[in-house]
Amino acid sequence: MTKLKVGLAQIAPKLGDVQSNLRLHLDTIQQAKQQGVQLLCFPELSLTGYALRDLVADVAISAGADDPVLAQLLAAGQGMDLLLGFVEADARHRYYVAAAYLSEGCIVHVHRKAYLPTYGMFEEGRYLARGERMRAFDTAFGRVGVLICEDFWHMSAGYALWLDGADILLLTSASPGRGLSPEAALGSSQSVQLMNQAYATFFTDFVVHCNRVGFEDGLNFWGGSTVFGPDGSLLAQAPQFEPALLTAELDLAALRRVRLQLPLLRDERPDLLLKELKRLRDR
Amino acid sequence: MDIAAKLTLNCDVTRHVLVSFLKHEIQRFGFHKAVLGLSGGVDSSLSCFLAAEALGPENVLAVLMPYRTSSHESTEHALQVVNTTRVSHKRVDITPMVEPYLELDPHMSDVRRGNVMARMRMIVLYDQSMLWEGLVVGTSNKTELLLGYGTLFGDMASAVNPLGDLYKTQVRQLARAVGIPESIVQKAPSADLWAGQTDEGELGFTYADVDQLLYFLVDERFTAAEAVAAGFDAKFVATVARRLRTFQFKRSLPIIAKVSRRDVGHDFLYPRDWGT
Repeated sequence: MTKLKVGLAQIAPKLGDVQSNLRLHLDTIQQAKQQGVQLLCFPELSLTGYALRDLVADVAISAGADDPVLAQLLAAGQGMDLLLGFVEADARHRYYVAAAYLSEGCIVHVHRKAYLPTYGMFEEGRYLARGERMRAFDTAFGRVGVLICEDFWHMSAGYALWLDGADILLLTSASPGRGLSPEAALGSSQSVQLMNQAYATFFTDFVVHCNRVGFEDGLNFWGGSTVFGPDGSLLAQAPQFEPALLTAELDLAALRRVRLQLPLLRDERPDLLLKELKRLRDR
Repeated sequence: MDIAAKLTLNCDVTRHVLVSFLKHEIQRFGFHKAVLGLSGGVDSSLSCFLAAEALGPENVLAVLMPYRTSSHESTEHALQVVNTTRVSHKRVDITPMVEPYLELDPHMSDVRRGNVMARMRMIVLYDQSMLWEGLVVGTSNKTELLLGYGTLFGDMASAVNPLGDLYKTQVRQLARAVGIPESIVQKAPSADLWAGQTDEGELGFTYADVDQLLYFLVDERFTAAEAVAAGFDAKFVATVARRLRTFQFKRSLPIIAKVSRRDVGHDFLYPRDWGT
């Protein structure tokens, strides 16, 4: 498969209302199917909203195919792969910011957010547990890695997925807009776009970033979802602040052409890094 | 650091965010209307413009609440804003409500008298908000909130506040961009609580200066010592730092004595926009 049509569902979830958000997901899935989307990505915590605080436990679901919410999405997603965000409860009552990749009726992969921002306006560490893994996984479109918002502010997260074979990075966010200046975009959106482009350039990967829109408790979410190609070029961008279903066709064969010109992956030396990390750990 | 440049807004982006904020944060609770106190100053004029854009002018009620000593210019400017935005308006003279209380104490200080007027306006606004079935839109800006230059449960009371993260100098930039007349943007800011009162006269410094200092301390997180080293007057820095600390209570809900395992305020923590 050399072409992949991705869809980015830049939605405004309802805070703490999983059933309402499930309907929004199902409607968006139908729209995306009509447009021939093969992989549809939803933003961080797309089933729950972001500023949950004590609602975390109320909206949490288990990451199993028998969960009634996921079961409906698994059924609706037949013929199209899905990435969606939710609060995952594990068997021992810990709660995670999670993203599940669904394909052909199966939960292929669940990523638990490993970096929980707990500073400034963020308080995730107060309510949620940290994920402990960065793992890429295989799909019909190639090997994929998923990161959630603060995860990709840590370069090591993207790097680990790249070395684990991810050629397509799927990044999801509920990123609050902030930082006024004379520029036509808020400061936080400029930083995120810069990082996405840097990931695409450094890793010669496709980088798909789906951010949400809407307001919660006075926070604005700026949207502006993007798709970057493995040469770092911007392939598609959704509008800022407005709901959208952004689609883009990825020419997966571009990975070969770009990496012939720029063999960064071939020349990467993880053993050298590991040696230095061990030295730093042991000193 | 060129702080004046740092305080420069992209007015299109800011306006878009604030108009969307008003629309979404009001409508999500099932309301479609708003009410605000319109003094004719730049803050309430800007709130009025933004609310009219967010909800449609027919859904915005501007309430003019003069006291007998309020300047005629204030009313003229307020009516100018009403005519330009085409919002609904109502005039409620607070003099007959305020006067009997003030007469109880002929020696009442200007600040106390001003607080009584501000709180009477709050009573009127919240009563009108029930009648109008709209939420109260606030008009306090970031400079006032940080300096504690407002009346607790008076002009600081509102349901949603679009201007609370804009310094006064940024309010002026945005006011110009949305088309508020220069006569309103340029006039000396005043609470108009007594004749001849101006904010800058009462505070003892200008908004242009204090906005730069507040930005330096609050947004950029420089220390007071670093502010002095950067050229801000030491006494000015001390005065502003003291105000920041002293008036923190005005920016907080009343504190609750914790005795149970879970109390409102400390660990019963839900988003205000819960389920919307």
